[in-house]
Amino acid sequence: MNRLLLLFLIGASPALFAQESPYVVTYDHHLEEPGNLEVEYFSTYGAQQAGNDFHAYWLEFEYGATAWWTTEFYVDGQTTFRDSTLFTGFRWENRFRPLRAEHFINPLLYIEYENISEADKIVKEVEGHDVAGDHGESNALLRTGHNHELEFKLILSKDFKGWNFAVNPLATKNLSPSNPWEFGYAVGLSHPLALKASPDPCTFCPENFIAGVELYGGLGDTQSFGLHETSHYLAPALAWNLPSGWTVRLSPGFGLNDNSHRLLLRWELSREFSGVSEMILSLFGGRR
Amino acid sequence: MKTLSAALPLAAFLLLAAAPRRDESAAVIFARVPEKASAKSNPLANDSDASKAGEKLFAKHCAACHGENAEGARRGPALHLAAVQQATPGEIFWILTNGVVRRGMPAWSKLPEPQRWQIVTWLKSLP
Repeated sequence: MNRLLLLFLIGASPALFAQESPYVVTYDHHLEEPGNLEVEYFSTYGAQQAGNDFHAYWLEFEYGATAWWTTEFYVDGQTTFRDSTLFTGFRWENRFRPLRAEHFINPLLYIEYENISEADKIVKEVEGHDVAGDHGESNALLRTGHNHELEFKLILSKDFKGWNFAVNPLATKNLSPSNPWEFGYAVGLSHPLALKASPDPCTFCPENFIAGVELYGGLGDTQSFGLHETSHYLAPALAWNLPSGWTVRLSPGFGLNDNSHRLLLRWELSREFSGVSEMILSLFGGRR
Repeated sequence: MKTLSAALPLAAFLLLAAAPRRDESAAVIFARVPEKASAKSNPLANDSDASKAGEKLFAKHCAACHGENAEGARRGPALHLAAVQQATPGEIFWILTNGVVRRGMPAWSKLPEPQRWQIVTWLKSLP
């Protein structure tokens, strides 16, 4: 009952008109505003060189706990064409801003716990020796393997004259002791189509669009660090922040070597809600 | 279950650590702005559209915390306060850019500089 009430309240809460970056894989240093909840749906269509193409998706709940801490919960699933549809696991992610003010380069610390099966294909990041061939087996076989992983990122980001430049080196450790640390990277560059806002409300104003490009891939692991048997992608990206409070993102990612998927076509729909913390408090008898 | 029992105390600790400090006055916050930033002039002060665009941006990004007309709300103070109105455009711009993170105001550097100046222009036009 409480859950139904919460859903109703979230539905009734005012939408915010967020200024979302176009990045799908890369993180910049901007956190969710405190007390706001962003609900996002992401899709990835993957063209598989050996095996069946797939459609992987995730639902994400991003909450601004404070101005220096954002926490996110994901549930993942996928459909492999001519095979089956699976729930593939969940992730809990946290981003922390250690410094109070803006600096020349702004660092954020990122830690994520993943509990996913090997059938997970959302490719939210590329790490270690992740290659397209990993997704070529049948779902029946892939779902038998489970990963409990911790992932760490150092998010370095800079805004300058409307440009954002972000670099995210990452390290992942599968919690089973025999697995090595795996490494990867993501780099992003973005710019809004207009720097000044127009005085009147508008849907198609250039300031509502932010264009960017991402480069991401694996860097091997502690046993074989480097580019050998790794996959890499270059992905133009566009975010459209609608005045109605919705954000739409589109990003076709192109594989840069034979180990990569030819295409990872991603799209996303999200909406941000303000005052969610007050609503949750009011559910438990607190003041709104 | 083990994971959950380990995660709950951690989450409780982080929630307590996250409680914002509310003992600083606006004057103390503005006093923190570096001199060079305070002296910055508003490049859009003479732009006839800047205030209207600033009002639109305020409604989009700031009103949820500060109230629709900057009158203040549960999560953010009123911006008609003398301390805010007496602040230089450069000081307001700096606060907008850097936020007051420990008090719960996020940094708004994700808005391009001209949009932040448009918001400053509107705030300075408040009665």
